[in-house]
Amino acid sequence: MARPTLPNAPSLAQRARNIRRNALLMGEVQGQGYIAQALDIADVLAVAYFHAMRFRAEDPVWEGRDRFLLSNGHYAIALYAALIEAGIIPEAELATYGFDESRLPMSGMASYTPGMEMSGGSLGLGLGIAVGMALGLKRKKSAARIFTLFSDGELDEGSKWEAIMSAAHHKLDNIIAIVDVNNQQADGPSKQMLGFEPLVDKLEAFGWFVQRVDGNDLDAVVGAFDAATAHAEPKPRMIVADTLMGRGVPFLEQREKNHFIRVEPHEWQLALSALNAGDQP
Amino acid sequence: MKSAGSTPSAKPRLTTSAMIASIAAEGQRTKPAPFGHALVELARSREDVVGMTADLGKYTDLHIFAQAFPDRYYQMGMAEQLLFAAASGLAAEGFMPFATTYAVFASRRAYDFIHQTIAEEDRNVKIACALPGLTSGYGPSHQAAEDLALFRAMPNMTVIDPCDAHEIEQVVPAIAAHRGPVYMRLLRGQVPLVLDEYNYRFELGKAALLRDGGDVLIISSGIMTMRALEAAQALSDDRIDAAVLHVPTIKPLDTEAILREAGKPGRLVVVAENHTVIGGLGEAVATLLMRAGVHPAFRQIGLPDEFLAAGALPTLHDRYGISTAEVKRQIKEWLR
Repeated sequence: MARPTLPNAPSLAQRARNIRRNALLMGEVQGQGYIAQALDIADVLAVAYFHAMRFRAEDPVWEGRDRFLLSNGHYAIALYAALIEAGIIPEAELATYGFDESRLPMSGMASYTPGMEMSGGSLGLGLGIAVGMALGLKRKKSAARIFTLFSDGELDEGSKWEAIMSAAHHKLDNIIAIVDVNNQQADGPSKQMLGFEPLVDKLEAFGWFVQRVDGNDLDAVVGAFDAATAHAEPKPRMIVADTLMGRGVPFLEQREKNHFIRVEPHEWQLALSALNAGDQP
Repeated sequence: MKSAGSTPSAKPRLTTSAMIASIAAEGQRTKPAPFGHALVELARSREDVVGMTADLGKYTDLHIFAQAFPDRYYQMGMAEQLLFAAASGLAAEGFMPFATTYAVFASRRAYDFIHQTIAEEDRNVKIACALPGLTSGYGPSHQAAEDLALFRAMPNMTVIDPCDAHEIEQVVPAIAAHRGPVYMRLLRGQVPLVLDEYNYRFELGKAALLRDGGDVLIISSGIMTMRALEAAQALSDDRIDAAVLHVPTIKPLDTEAILREAGKPGRLVVVAENHTVIGGLGEAVATLLMRAGVHPAFRQIGLPDEFLAAGALPTLHDRYGISTAEVKRQIKEWLR
């Protein structure tokens, strides 16, 4: 079911690095942003777009595509970075990020951006929409699937649990949800805001097929998407991805307050250099 | 109805539960579940129609649809946020969901979900909500006094407040023919039948002059049109000539008809609505008239800006001035 990989196609590691680079370049345009999240989720997005999902770059609304719902709209910079890498958005639009009239606003909205399937921003919406889309795809007897990404902080929202119950109740095995557990939200560490562990136990008890992986280990993420796709039970699938904020840029990984990062002008080059240095064997 | 402590000769004391099921007056002509039957009719010719509810299928007349099309019916559980987000998802996949709950739960509990997943994305979802305005005696938890104000304020949203069973039957296919999100107030159960006697046809976005008269113009929507027609009849006994302009589409407003009728000189203009006087039809009409430079004598009949009492509907409609008798009394007083 996975995308066929051409022999000369970039590796997933290269894809992930390009996504990080695109995000940093957009961050530099505005001097700030949800950069640490983009860096932490880049590996998951690389695997989703370049291993697991079916789509046509030249036709973002192709009926047979797998849908990707970005529930946490403030991660838009990360998804734009992936959509640019996938060729759905031209690379030239990087420079427009967050400016007036841009198709790439700071928070992700379906009406602005090709490849964006929902308007996020307000948290806790995506999985509910996924339930409706999944029901709709089943009505149409479509083999397309819903991928949806949300953040650990969104587990605070009651609507998330309504949707978690509903997806299991309706046996929506065409949903593959990814929760980014980076343990960081606006006011501090997620686990201190509203405890959500033991997450795997909870989700399993709610009737989901659940895997927990290191979300920055490409092989582990590939394995999780493959297992989610291949799983036989009529259950929705959840990948709990533990990630590291700022992953790939050591001085951002170590920054204490990294929910919303301001990077000094001279630091962008340092960040890009650090990213490139990390690529050396 | 008799309870301990009442004297045998006294009028039977009304209770809340006796009145929750229906807004029809005793002896009034009614039709059962017009929304449910109209939706079944619509779904016969439109395969994209699906029905969804949040544990209120039986109380929004959607059970009629569920019985006719069980495989096109989605019971989402008592989860209104999910209901509307999922309706957006089904609409995104090309279906036309009719999603039902009580007006309070759509307008107050799930507002952000409707705003973001349906209105902002301009999804083709029809929201039909029972117990609009003051049509329940259960107190503020079930009284949706603010629903029109909230949904009027939401971009992309069409807002409809039908009067009776005859109109509801016509609203259903009309909103299906309109592409985009719609909020529709719903009268359920045994629904009064009034407008069939007026040769009336519902047209989206259009007001209708049901009755003409030279002394007062009543502009009304929903069940208040029923009350306005009854009051107008009663006022004629006192030689007061009342016109009734029915405005079922609250948004977009039929500005042309309202300006035409309100602009005729010499009439008191009264807007009557089953809604708080803040942010509903009354304020919409007032703003329209002010902007257009039309300045008739103007009064509002509507619910006060306070949390309403629990009790029997006839009692509450009298207390808050929206019963037929109160509409008549207030207009007579204003014309003195």
